[in-house]
Amino acid sequence: MIEVRHLQKSFSGHRVLDSVNMRIEKGESVIIIGRSGGGKSVLLKHLIGLLHPEHGEVLVDGQNIVRMNERELIEVRRKFGMLFQGAALFDSMTVAENIGFALQRQRKCSDKEVRETVSEALEMVELAGIENKLPSELSGGMRKRVGLARAIVYRPQILLYDEPTTGLDPVISDSIDQLIISIQRKLKVTSVVVTHDMRSARRIGQRIFMLYHGKIYAEGTPDEIFASQDPVVNHFVNGIAEPRQHLLDDI
Amino acid sequence: MDWVRGLGEFTLLTREAFVSLFRRPPSFKEVIYQLYFIGVKSQSVVLITGAFTGMVLAAQTYYQFHRVRMDTAMLAVVGVGMCSELGPVLTGLMVAGRVGAALAAELGTMRVTEQIDALRTLATHPVDHLIVPRLMATILALPLLTIESVAVGILGGYSLCRMYLGDYATYAWDNMTKYTNVSDLVTGLIKSVIFGAIIALVSCYKGMTCGEGAVGVGRATTEAVVFSSIAILISNFFLTLVLTRLLG
Repeated sequence: MIEVRHLQKSFSGHRVLDSVNMRIEKGESVIIIGRSGGGKSVLLKHLIGLLHPEHGEVLVDGQNIVRMNERELIEVRRKFGMLFQGAALFDSMTVAENIGFALQRQRKCSDKEVRETVSEALEMVELAGIENKLPSELSGGMRKRVGLARAIVYRPQILLYDEPTTGLDPVISDSIDQLIISIQRKLKVTSVVVTHDMRSARRIGQRIFMLYHGKIYAEGTPDEIFASQDPVVNHFVNGIAEPRQHLLDDI
Repeated sequence: MDWVRGLGEFTLLTREAFVSLFRRPPSFKEVIYQLYFIGVKSQSVVLITGAFTGMVLAAQTYYQFHRVRMDTAMLAVVGVGMCSELGPVLTGLMVAGRVGAALAAELGTMRVTEQIDALRTLATHPVDHLIVPRLMATILALPLLTIESVAVGILGGYSLCRMYLGDYATYAWDNMTKYTNVSDLVTGLIKSVIFGAIIALVSCYKGMTCGEGAVGVGRATTEAVVFSSIAILISNFFLTLVLTRLLG
């Protein structure tokens, strides 16, 4: 279970998160939506301790990770897997080395066990047989899948996805969505997905949080959010730009 | 006030790196890989620098000493100069240029492409995985490179000696062994270990804290070389004062 209390974060004097409160239950699939540059990824990075807030708390299974140093965070992070927006694969390593990285570092598995687990993870993301390729030889969609395989290989309890379908064509986006749903079902993980792809949000999420002006502006099931009559929510889910009154006046 | 914060961060990083170096030593494979890149690949540049510096020093000394008929003392100056000052300092500066830039660019690129964040999410401390192997390899490589540089510098000086003095070069060699002490070489080696640590830590720090985008990486690379070089030159002065007093 993850709980965020009064989280506040600024960059160069600009407040990106302004007293954010949210609670994510175990096994839940949660979507965070909001406009580009609205602080979604910043919020996601706070959940795993990659960023430190100015105020507020982030509780992971009751432990406040905000006060932890980098060494103490290592233990907490073993519960997490994260898929980055650009996949963030280690470009000097092969696909197999990328996926097996965490297992190799833990030194609990033999080389053979690592190889087998890597192959299983690659099969799960439907990319069997590319173990020896380098990240530079992969397409954008393949990189995201490899990033996903790397995030799930050590069976984390919580998976964080930072814009998993951004920059991909609709077909690949659809396959990534299906993968996220299938991993959610197979591994029974808690999923937190940051996206502004409303189609993905509707398919993947059990609950949606909308971030607006640094605060959680709306919260509800996908049906509730999509049926909302609130102009801010409605404009966002339907992709309608806010009208500029002075332009209308000119016209 | 940014530089005060930077200095504080650098100090904490240095402490973290040395604690990790002793408590969680890096894997042998990783150190060998870095040693190859930092040490073996830097040999050509260090050898050329060492040889020509030794020869220039020999030539200059010869022209000055010839006036007062002290020709056979020329190689002693080369020996002491290369062992205690020029060998470690020039090796440090050349490695700072070649390796410092590469380390800062590599880590900087990893930072802007979120690879360092990815490491952290995989329950790995970036200092353990990225800095400690590079620190250890640089600390091991610098003294070895310095020895090579000193050796080729003295050989270069001796070859010039033979050219100017003919068979009297033997006396010059004899004078060199007489006036160059083990303490000169030890001074040079201690300096080179410290210079190695400076290069690795400054370059890794600059890479890991670089700004966004290509501009950020470019600036970090330049700063890594400039700051490492300046730190080497300044620390060399104080090390000379301290080590000369301690070792004689």
